[in-house]
Amino acid sequence: MRYCWVLIGLLSTCAVAEQPNPQRQQELLNMLKHDCGSCHGLPPKGGLGPSLMPEALAGKSDALLADAIQNGRAGTAMPPWTSFLTVDETAWLIQQLRTR
Amino acid sequence: MKLSYSRSLLIFLLSSALPGHAELRATGDLGVVIERETGSIQIVNTTKPASLSHIQGLGDLSHASIVFSRDQRYAYIFGRDGGLTKIDLLQDKIEKRIIQAGNSIGGAISQDGKVIAVSNYTPGGVKLFDAVTLEQLAEIPAIYGEDNKLSKVVGLVDAPGQRFVCSLFEGNEIWLIDAKNPRQPVVKKFKDIGKQPYDALLTPDGHYYGAGLFGEKGLALLDLWQPEKGVEHILEDYGKDDEQMPVYKMPHLEGWTVAGDWLLVPAVGLHEVLVIDTREWELVKRIPVAGQPVFVTSRPDGRQVWVNFAFPDNQTVQVIDLKDFNVLKTLQPGKAVLHMEFSPRGESVWLAVRDEDRVMVYDTETFAETARLPAQKPSGIFFTDRANRIGW
Repeated sequence: MRYCWVLIGLLSTCAVAEQPNPQRQQELLNMLKHDCGSCHGLPPKGGLGPSLMPEALAGKSDALLADAIQNGRAGTAMPPWTSFLTVDETAWLIQQLRTR
Repeated sequence: MKLSYSRSLLIFLLSSALPGHAELRATGDLGVVIERETGSIQIVNTTKPASLSHIQGLGDLSHASIVFSRDQRYAYIFGRDGGLTKIDLLQDKIEKRIIQAGNSIGGAISQDGKVIAVSNYTPGGVKLFDAVTLEQLAEIPAIYGEDNKLSKVVGLVDAPGQRFVCSLFEGNEIWLIDAKNPRQPVVKKFKDIGKQPYDALLTPDGHYYGAGLFGEKGLALLDLWQPEKGVEHILEDYGKDDEQMPVYKMPHLEGWTVAGDWLLVPAVGLHEVLVIDTREWELVKRIPVAGQPVFVTSRPDGRQVWVNFAFPDNQTVQVIDLKDFNVLKTLQPGKAVLHMEFSPRGESVWLAVRDEDRVMVYDTETFAETARLPAQKPSGIFFTDRANRIGW
């Protein structure tokens, strides 16, 4: 039992992104498919916005992608999504895109 | 006896010679609903209203649009993945399908109905096809600037005189394409027309082409009766000092409204519909609305304008009365209303409600819902009366 608490304590101090709950995951995937897809395509091979396929993202760090999603990209049509997506949700979405 | 036998034989022969449909189908009653996620369409009857058939296998329809052949028998679908599909509306089947580019955004059909033009993002440019065979007739790469880059092409419309007009998103240009000889089109280029044209409209009389600008305020306006006068930048000062909001979906200019002397267009990044006086091309009113407008679509008689909105306000639709430019009605049809299409004379309007998986039909006088049809993640709705409109 004590081990269990120790384990939980260890886990909670790790910088692991919180997974969205299953219902929120569905909402996020729908958003990715349709709201993101309206510019990036479905699958997201690109449209007005660039391709978000795994090979297109391979050379880009998680931090760069998170910044683009959270804060948008000036001079392009990419808006900031920070009002709609938490940092953890953004991280989860990036993982989804990388492992499609 | 012999006579009646031969008559029966004749009736039998005649009835077996009819095509597979139990009843004849008139094209004027038809429409197409795009189902974006499944890459399928529904052919619908717009009078009943009813779904007639489902056709699968149309690729990526995430930003698909449609034009109709002049006889209204065929629908040409422009898919995001560069697919160009010719659908036979009378036989519920794909007549022909080609992949003509890597990434496509829309298209148009020529004044005489013989040439299909497609605007592409990858490779950036316009291609012309034979409307019967889909044979490629010409390719017009959207080359711009000193280092000969290719631009994404937007806002492609057909114009009188066998012409097409389009805009270059990165190139900041408007191109006027004369396709009288579609194998050798002649292009007139207008440069530095404003930053990032994102879509365009043609006035119903084919007189003016206006491109909306994303990178700066206002519209780029080309007088097609006097193209030699060049492109004029209008409305460049409106809302200059307002706080600019992020844009969660590009507005569209198709289906825009001319009522009398007024033109109504969505403001970019503002919760407003703009009213422009088309005699002076000046802004006369900014109508506050529920979100960032995407489509500002006129009822065919021009009395009402229906507006849908970008994320996160896309569950709302508003109706503006042209009598006094006030919002007459606010509707909540469901989550993610993507598109609106009026019946030919405007007594009803069909709404694509994506996240509810349905199409809803409203009476435009009473605002009562009169019908709903199931559809998987519907986006665009297109009726065959578009076949006889310029610039749609």
